[in-house]
Amino acid sequence: MFLEQAINGITLGGIYAIVALGYTLVFGVLGIINMAHGEIFMFGAFVGMLLVSKAGVPLPVAFLGAIAAAASMGLLLDRFALRPLRKRPGASHLASLISTIGVSILLENAAHRIFGAGNHLFETPFSDIRFQAGSVTVYLVQAAILGISLLMMAGLSLWLSRTRAGKALRATAENLETAGLLGVDTNRMITATVVIASAMGGVAGVLVGMAFNFINNRIGLSMGLKGLAIIIFGGMGSVYGAMAGGLILGLSETFVVAYGPAGYRDAIAFVTIIVVLLVRPQGLFGQAVSDGKP
Amino acid sequence: MKRKHQAIAALTCALFALVFLGARKAGPASKPKGEPVRAKIGVISIITGAGAGYGEAITNGFRLARDEVNAKGEVLIDLKVEDSTGKAEQALSAAQKLINSERVAAILGPTLSTEMKVVGPEANASGVPIMGTSTTAKGITQIGKYVFRNSLPESLAIPASIGMAVKKYNLKKVALLYGNDDVFTKSGFDTMKEVSERLRLSILTVQEFQKGQSDYRAQLTRIASLSPDGVFCSALYEEGAVILSQARKMGITVPFVGGNGFNSPKVIEIARDASEGLIVATPWFAERDDPKVKSFVAKYEKAYGKKPDQFAAQAYDALHIMANALKAAGSADREKLRDALAATKNHMGVLGKFSFDADRDVVMDPNVLIIQGGRFRPFR
Repeated sequence: MFLEQAINGITLGGIYAIVALGYTLVFGVLGIINMAHGEIFMFGAFVGMLLVSKAGVPLPVAFLGAIAAAASMGLLLDRFALRPLRKRPGASHLASLISTIGVSILLENAAHRIFGAGNHLFETPFSDIRFQAGSVTVYLVQAAILGISLLMMAGLSLWLSRTRAGKALRATAENLETAGLLGVDTNRMITATVVIASAMGGVAGVLVGMAFNFINNRIGLSMGLKGLAIIIFGGMGSVYGAMAGGLILGLSETFVVAYGPAGYRDAIAFVTIIVVLLVRPQGLFGQAVSDGKP
Repeated sequence: MKRKHQAIAALTCALFALVFLGARKAGPASKPKGEPVRAKIGVISIITGAGAGYGEAITNGFRLARDEVNAKGEVLIDLKVEDSTGKAEQALSAAQKLINSERVAAILGPTLSTEMKVVGPEANASGVPIMGTSTTAKGITQIGKYVFRNSLPESLAIPASIGMAVKKYNLKKVALLYGNDDVFTKSGFDTMKEVSERLRLSILTVQEFQKGQSDYRAQLTRIASLSPDGVFCSALYEEGAVILSQARKMGITVPFVGGNGFNSPKVIEIARDASEGLIVATPWFAERDDPKVKSFVAKYEKAYGKKPDQFAAQAYDALHIMANALKAAGSADREKLRDALAATKNHMGVLGKFSFDADRDVVMDPNVLIIQGGRFRPFR
């Protein structure tokens, strides 16, 4: 029972972590919170659902489809909602926050029109594969979610710290103008970041569908809010923080339902976050803000 | 000034009383045989606004039944339909209009329990029989002796489905699961708990969830670990279908009994194979093997181009019950009609055998259904 609940919690936490990674990547580079990330993730889930359940293609193809759909939405998001604001001198740094909120509402309503308000079954034989470890049943999906989230975290931190592109990205994050003077195509770097973050959202969408069996047009909002809380909790812009924060939130939510009053599930999870922030205002893995730049 | 007002008020009251008494005395004596009973029946329903879908089904049911009754010729019913727009104050003014200016013999409706809580006392004080056809909340007919209903309350539906499931599967230990942020699912849960205690089932655990949740595995893992014989689940169909699907995937194969909110073909549409074995109770089952039901469904479909739902069926039966009471009363006199209505026993309608109990509430055997082979079938 305890072990099974722990696995449930880790699965949920892994999904939260992947969603949060997308937020943290964009925040780390652009210093803005991409409110449309949750909805892009939701669209990824729907594209995956349509490919798997309706078109009957194999799962890897559905993943690629969801990634392609989410990535192109990220491209459009940057092209139409972020870049125009970036070029304008005097635009408030909150302007992009509002424009992404606008995109998120647009996408949620569009999903409502296209897919309807109800739950949609996400049917794939892969999610029925399970194995027995002692008295505990583990689904391959659950293991896959943890594996994929760890892989993404490791890949992301390697890419950021070891590769040339990663270095360019960090330089862009450090100082846009200086990076540009040093020969970094900053516009391309920023677009790439948004696209990569969105693609990760697409992966998360398919994983959610596989884990819960169902998706609807509101998962973007609920998952998005959790992801947002996690990056504050784990430390803004920190890849490890997103991972740790996601797992802690997932586990605490599951154990509240399993052993405590289920009605307080979200309340207790968020009280935990508040307490951590009181002790460590910069978040679990965040660095104290000193120069006004995160 | 105050005194003058009071005097006027007293005078008006006295005048009204006189008029009323006069009306009573002057009311038509019982007609000689062969002459049809003519009656004006008021209808309060939601014709415009958010709940207009209910109102449409309900008034369609009334009209279809009225045409049948009038064609027979023993009772001639004139329906006066008023719109409540789903609001209690609007329903009240509609009722006052029907009672005082239209001078109807009885009222059918209103649609919502909240409307009935306001309209019922008014009709009761005026001595006008009123019958709800879609009001399922507790305490409706307790408003007074002129208030009736033919809509099956959950407190009758759930015991029927649980009772049959317990008998058939020999359930001893059960787990309860419900949405704790919705009045409807909460009240369904209260009934489930009550029935379980009455049947001396041991309740292993009570799990809660909230609307719009997508992950129920924490609750279901808990339930699975206690290995119950059955799960009673009070949920609306959106959440219910997801719960069923995740439960079946986790290997919880025991029977599920759902509340009224679970009673929707949408459950099959959403959960597909996982919905197999779900047991619900419902007053209306369109596929029942009964010539009355078949002819009603065919006529309704022909007239309105869609299949009748529970609300249309309940309205249809209510008007027939009213017509029979009018025939028995022999006149449109409100008092006689009330007594005749209260005496309704074993009315055979499309919902099945129907009677009023001493409290003018519903006595009937609900249809207990189980999902098998991708559709609802009678559970035996």
